Amino acid sequence: MSTYTAPKKKNLLPKIAMAGPVSVWMILFVTIPMLYVIFISFMSRGVFGDVVYEFSTESYSTILDPTYFQVILKSLKAAGLTTVLCLLIGYPFAYIIARKPKDVAAKMITLLMIPFWTNSLMRLNSWLLLFQTSGPVNNFLVNTGIVDKPISFIYTDELVLIGLITNMLPFAVLPMYSTIEKLEKSMLEASADLGANPRTTFCRITLPITFPGIFSAIILTFIPSLGIYTVTDMLGGGKVLFIGNIIKNQFGSIRNWPLGAALSVLLIVVTMLLIFIYTRFAKIEDMEVV
Amino acid sequence: MDAMSRRAKKERRNRILGDVYAILVYAVLYIPIAVMMAFSFNNQRYNYYWNGFTTQWYGKLLNNSALLSSLWYSLFIAILSTVISVAIGTIGALGLKKYEFRGKKAINNMLYIPIIVPEIVMAVALLVIFMNVGLSLGLGSILIGHCTFCIPYAVVTIKGRISGDSNTLEEASMDLGANRVQTFFRVTLPNIFPGVMSAAFLSFTLSFDDVVMSNMLAGARQSTLPVLILSMNKSGITPDVNALTTIMILVIVAAMILNNIIQGALKKKRANY
Repeated sequence: MSTYTAPKKKNLLPKIAMAGPVSVWMILFVTIPMLYVIFISFMSRGVFGDVVYEFSTESYSTILDPTYFQVILKSLKAAGLTTVLCLLIGYPFAYIIARKPKDVAAKMITLLMIPFWTNSLMRLNSWLLLFQTSGPVNNFLVNTGIVDKPISFIYTDELVLIGLITNMLPFAVLPMYSTIEKLEKSMLEASADLGANPRTTFCRITLPITFPGIFSAIILTFIPSLGIYTVTDMLGGGKVLFIGNIIKNQFGSIRNWPLGAALSVLLIVVTMLLIFIYTRFAKIEDMEVV
Repeated sequence: MDAMSRRAKKERRNRILGDVYAILVYAVLYIPIAVMMAFSFNNQRYNYYWNGFTTQWYGKLLNNSALLSSLWYSLFIAILSTVISVAIGTIGALGLKKYEFRGKKAINNMLYIPIIVPEIVMAVALLVIFMNVGLSLGLGSILIGHCTFCIPYAVVTIKGRISGDSNTLEEASMDLGANRVQTFFRVTLPNIFPGVMSAAFLSFTLSFDDVVMSNMLAGARQSTLPVLILSMNKSGITPDVNALTTIMILVIVAAMILNNIIQGALKKKRANY
């Protein structure tokens, strides 16, 4: 008996030592907290903003209340617009980089990532400095006589959109770049030789092959823009609110945890839905998240 | 001949158009950085408008104790989270690649949750669990929060660098009499070292720039640099913060250039073998 168990024990130890810590961490700090948020979303709110452990779907009906539902629609619209614009700007950009020689392309990708190693809030603040009432853009417009008095650019939806796009663009470009880069040039030549014009080649060859990259880009821009609150905080001046701001407030000043949890569950559901669609035609490992 | 030159001409025109487009996109991405740097030289307390050139903020920076202490706190947290995440991430990536066990697929899927789900959701989830078990907010809660999103990035980055023949090399090492620990440090680790380095770099930047998790889990006593900047936003961010960020950008760019030189030298050395 003892001779039988000894080698088995020896084989188990490195397995536990190596895969154990990461597994325990993920269960303790990802799975359990996420399940707990779902649990809290079905509880009630006490008079003093505490959580009362009584089943209730009140938080979910509050979400459908016009005041909150409008914020949700607004967030969805802004995230959708950000995603579409990031794809439209990012795809040609990724294509141009992918067609460069390898060393030039590597340098261009690094150049794309450098801004993201600098503080994101300070980058957002720059748009405010640039567009504020007595900022450089307004000064230029007034001094050249294009407008009579300064335009109030700041704290508008448009400035928030600029902030979102400039924040998300690299995360749209990277996955698209890596699929376009793998595209065989010979296939495009074959298509052209067989008489297809550039547009047909693009629609029938390039686009379908690079679609997984495009969908990765959609996920990596849409989901973060849906949950973000820093851009609206920095550039919206409290006037522009997204789901992220509402969630943050429920766990801060307003103290309605079940409502905040229900809104978080909404974000989880949207995320899972997109991931589910993605896994229908591509592997999640190929998402190029890093 | 004529068709050829027309085609070449068209290709050349497209290439130039493409380059112009790329330059425009880069310009939009770099404008905020240029503006941020320019306003660090602004002779005005709150950066509401441009009021002449000064370098005083670079000196006054040293007297802003709230700003400096948040910087050190952020650095401290970033270094600690990097060390913890890379350690767990490295052995985790190897373990998940090498061994089969029940629930492995579930763990692999769990790793993608913090990467994909909006950060505010993860922050809220950790907050409610910490409150429930009575963990007071502070250094510990921030560290757990940061590691929770850094570990998955580290695992994914390193797992991508583990080559298929690593098992053979390890077996050879053990056949030659090395034990598991020796094999890990002398065969496995050198093999995946580039992956470990990029995981460390990624973890550090993610932690250092994090706002959402830190803001939710920081507690009242000490805030990180990004959380301090976010709270300053209401009254206006002072130019000394611009000065500090400018210095940080220069340090990062210098570090990158240095890293490139070292990597290049290493490659040359390896090629000489």
